[in-house]
This record gives sequence, C-alpha cells and structure tokens, in this order.
Amino acid sequence: MPIETHRSRDGRSLTIKIEGRFDFSTHQAFRDAYEHGGRDVSGYVVDLSDATYLDSSALGMLLLLRDHAGGDSADIVIEKCNNDVRKILTISNFEQLFTIR
Amino acid sequence: MDESAAETIPLKILIADDSDSDRLILKAILKRLGHRVVDAANGREAVALFQSEAPDIVLLDALMPSMDGMEAARHIKKLSCERLVPLIFITSLTEPEDLAGCLEAGGDGFLSKPYNRIMIEAKVNAFNRMRLMHRALSNQRDLMHERNRQLLKEQHIARGVFDNVAHTGCLNAPNIRFHASPLSVFSGDVLFASPRPAGGMLVFAGDFTGHGLPAAIGAMPVAESFYGMAGKGFNGADILREINQKLVRILPKDMFCCGVMVEVDFALNQLNIWNGGLPDMWLMRSPTERSSLPSRHLPLGILSPDQFNADMETVRSRPGDRLLLMTDGVLECTDGEGQVFGEQGVRRAIESAGLDRHPFDALMGEIQRFTGQQKFGDDLTLCCLEMVEEAGQVVLPDAVELSTLAGPTQWRSVYELQDSTLGEFNPLPLLLHICMEVPGLRRKSGEIYTLLSELYNNALEHGVLQLPSEWKYTPEGFDRYYSERAKRLSRVKGHYIRFSFHHDLMAWGGRLRVVCEDSGEGFDFHNHPVLQAAEMAQSGPRYGGRGLALIKRLAKSVQFYKKGNRVEVVYEWFF
Repeated sequence: MPIETHRSRDGRSLTIKIEGRFDFSTHQAFRDAYEHGGRDVSGYVVDLSDATYLDSSALGMLLLLRDHAGGDSADIVIEKCNNDVRKILTISNFEQLFTIR
Repeated sequence: MDESAAETIPLKILIADDSDSDRLILKAILKRLGHRVVDAANGREAVALFQSEAPDIVLLDALMPSMDGMEAARHIKKLSCERLVPLIFITSLTEPEDLAGCLEAGGDGFLSKPYNRIMIEAKVNAFNRMRLMHRALSNQRDLMHERNRQLLKEQHIARGVFDNVAHTGCLNAPNIRFHASPLSVFSGDVLFASPRPAGGMLVFAGDFTGHGLPAAIGAMPVAESFYGMAGKGFNGADILREINQKLVRILPKDMFCCGVMVEVDFALNQLNIWNGGLPDMWLMRSPTERSSLPSRHLPLGILSPDQFNADMETVRSRPGDRLLLMTDGVLECTDGEGQVFGEQGVRRAIESAGLDRHPFDALMGEIQRFTGQQKFGDDLTLCCLEMVEEAGQVVLPDAVELSTLAGPTQWRSVYELQDSTLGEFNPLPLLLHICMEVPGLRRKSGEIYTLLSELYNNALEHGVLQLPSEWKYTPEGFDRYYSERAKRLSRVKGHYIRFSFHHDLMAWGGRLRVVCEDSGEGFDFHNHPVLQAAEMAQSGPRYGGRGLALIKRLAKSVQFYKKGNRVEVVYEWFF
C-alpha cells in the first residue's frame, strides 16, 4: 500500500504518508485518503519521507487536497521531503500555498 | 471462452489421409460430433482444398504420397498468413525427432493413430478454443490500431485548428532558435512569440500538467490571449494576468500551466521576465559570464486574480546576449540506464559551449548524446533568444487592407487618467484601439503605438513622477530608476495625464492631432537639444532624448506648450 493515513489522537489532524513514486498512479488512493479521512479533520499533514519522486500530477493532487481542505484557508503541512522532491515544490513555488518543512 | 456455441459447432474441418479406411473412420467420427468435413487423400489435394474451402481446423497425416504432411503443413501455414488455423498431425510416429519435425513444419499438435473418439473431440475443442482466442485478440489488436490511427488523424486535424489560433508568430525571426515537437501541444507544451507594435518582442513558453486533449484545450485560450493582446500592445504582465484568470476559470483544480513570459526591448536592451514553475532560464552574456533566472512564481491557473502576482523582473542586457528557456522535458530526458539529464546536464552543456558553439546547438547536442536518440519525445521545448540591434527585428505584417474611407473619420476624444489609476492601469491598448478604428491609421499601428507610448511614458515618468532620465545611463542608476518609479507610483496624489485626440479627413488622407497634458512640472523645452536641432542630430544614448527624437521623426510636427507639460503632436496619413 503506497499510501497510509492516520489521525492524531484528538482526531483533528490527518496524516497522509506516501511511499515510493507520488504520481498519477496514486491519484485514486490519495483522493480516497483525504475524502474518507473523517469529518472533523481540520488540518492535514502530507508526509513525504518515503516518497522518492513527485511529478506535476502530484502537484495537481496537492491542489485538489487544498481545495478540499478549504482553499485559501486550508491548513496543510508538507513535511520530510527529500532534496529532489523539495526542488520540484520550490520550482513551482508551492511554499506560497502550503507549509513546507 | 464465452464465444457462442454456434461458433464452436459446426466447424469446417479439413482432413488428409492416404488410407481410405482411416479417412472414412475419421470423417465419420467428426461428422457425428457435428462438424462439416472436407477430405483429401494426399498433401497436394489438401493444400488445394485449404485454399478453396478455407477450413477452421486441419488434420493432416504426416506420411502421405505426393507431398507429405510436413510439406503440406508448410504450404498451409504460409497460406493462412495471420489467421490461426490449428494444424494437427495424425500420426503413428513416436520418435521424438519425427514429432519435433512435425511441429517445426508448422504443426500445432498431435493425434495418435489408431483414432479414439474421445481424444479427437477433446483435441478439436481445445484447438478451437485457441483459434477463437487468437481471433479475438487479432480483432482487438486491429481495432486498437484503427482507433490509434483515427486518434492520430484527429490530433493532426486538431493541431491544424490550433495552429490557426496559435500560429508560430515570429518564432522564425533570425534571432530565435527553437525546438518544439509538431504535436507538442498534445503533450502540454506551447511556445509563442509575437512582435510588439512599438518594437521588441514577447515570448511565452508553457507546460500544462496532464497530456492529450485537456492540455490542448487549455492551450487554446492561452494562444488566443497571447497573440490577441500582444498585437494590441498589451505588456507581458497584462497578458499573464489575463491568461491566469482564464485558466483559473476553465481548468479543473488539479490542472495548471507552468510558464515563462519574456518581454524583449531591443531599443532599451532590456528583458522583462516572469517565470512561474518552469526550469531556470539562462542568460548568457559571454562564454564565461552567465546567470540563471529561476522560477519565482506559482504556475498559471492556480491563484485567484487578486492573489496573482504578474510582476516581471527587469534584466539589462547587451546586443549578442542570449536567453535560453526550456520546459521540464529537457531536465527529464533519460539515458539508457534511466538516469535523468537534470539541471547538471543543462549546466554541463552550457559550460561546454565555449566560444564558437551556439548554446542552443550545444544543449541540443548534449541531449542527443545523453539520450542516444536523434529524435526527442513530444514534451521537450527549448528556445534561445538573442538580443540584436534594432535593425535586425522583424516587422509586423501589414494589417488586413480595408477600405480607407470606411470607419470614423471626423471625431474627437478625451481620456484622462487620475491618481492611483496611473500606477495600476496601462491605457495604451485602449488608446491605440480608439485610433485603430480609422482604417487609414490601422496600417500604421506600430507608429501610432510608438507615438502614444512615448508620449505617455514621458508624461508619466518625467512629468508626473519627476524621474530624471540621466539615472538610466548607469547600471546602479538603472535599478534606482525602476525602484524609485515603483515607489513614487504608489504615492501619486492629485495628478493626471490627459490625452485629447482629434481626427480629420483631408483630401489626401487624414490628420490625427494628439495633445498630451500632464500635471507635472514640465521641463525647459526651449533649450532641449533634440527640440533645438533642426536636423535629426543624434543626441547620444540619452533615452529621454531618444524618445523625443522618435516622436519628432514619426510626426508631422511636435509642439510643446505651457511649462513643457503640454505637447501637441500632429500625425498624417495618406491614401
């Protein structure tokens, strides 16, 4: 399973962990992850520590998550990216839309 | 196998056996199973019947006079081409070499003599399943080929439609080198270039997320906005704002367009650039001096219009400087082992270019060497733009000829911009549009645009903002000029710029009077060197002077009034 989710103890935050290639093949699984993540989730963490690669369709999926989470008021953290993944997020200037750490 | 039972029985089965009794028995068994049978007594007959009867399955005795089973099998396999007609050898042979020989000749299996009804039925059914599966697969493959052929045909037609909207513009200008696949729009890449009415060029490269039709459809409005607006004199930032808001509106949330906009001013030797999500651009000044221009913005189609930032970065250049821009495809090229070309590859190629190689050739060569391929994938776009002397530029094609007497000929118009609008709105496209309603002026759109933009910029920068043009002659001053310009624009209060137009039809053509008045301090026009010069004396590299000289050259007359904050220009056109 390339995508795992777990909720924080208070249930307010949903962590989505992606393993391997984050690309179009994970589209449905990623979508299921946040759509079925529970109702009172107010914040999301996308854990990319085990993601080896990220392409433009993954950027699109992150935008879908952002829209799902409230657009401009979305609270989304993208964390633990490797250098290659970080570089792609930087070229696209996604730090303007997401908290990247 | 879910083929219908009707497909299974009856089958037309060809049998060949030189023994009359064996043949009769086999024929009887097969008939009882419900099949239709044609029979031959030797190989030669069998081949002839195969051609005339087109059976579904063939049962061949291996040893027969007048062409044995092996040879008949070779002929039959050749005749059946792509169709799978199972060919079963009936034989009493048991030696492995003999049996292998049957398979090599094209046999698909064996039935041993003497005949056994149950075995025959099972074998025929098994081979029939194989035959049907083969036929289903062949049909699907043919269908896929046909669909693919149709898709490619449709893409070519769509590409033709796209090309009418997104023509190559001035990509063929001598100072541009580029590589773009003919079908690249379906991979999501676009590359446009347009001359600007007042000189200079606009270049846009884009890379849509996703492939195929959605990307191509998204590219259409981008092309239309780009060429439509560039031709009307809008600047890069205006066009970016328009493209962005269009894409936000029409694209699904997860689609966007990484892009680069380059506004080239050959006269000022200046580049205004905007990079949202494409790889670093490279500005090459000499074989050893170069700088990268990284992406500083989000891609187009993500941010709402009020959040979108279209600020362009100004870079000074010199004639001979080259700007290299590319889409992701360049970095994502892979070699035989799956290694990507990457930024290092680009850097290596540029560094290796040296003195005598064009960086475009160096990079293309390096990609070819790296990938080991002469042809590239669809999603690779590369463009190199060279700064040239003004003389080297392309000119706008002549606008469509219209009857010069149609349209408005006697009219007046006054347009005044005030305060904060001066900093936020570019009135030139609108003003140009008003003038372009006159067919006689439309043919001169470049000249009119230049006149209006010189008048407006003089009024704004030197009139309202009181910026000294001397600042622009040194690199430090240049930066200071533009930062000060932005600062002062944000504080403008109690100011205006007013354009008054007055057009008259004459016996020989038409006359347009443009009065431009601003609320600034004016200047000492009585002692201005350009205005004093009777001849068109070159007044050195002073831009302020150059702008004025340009107006003087294009117009019938230029007259300053009041304290220098009101100027009247008369422009004439002829039938």
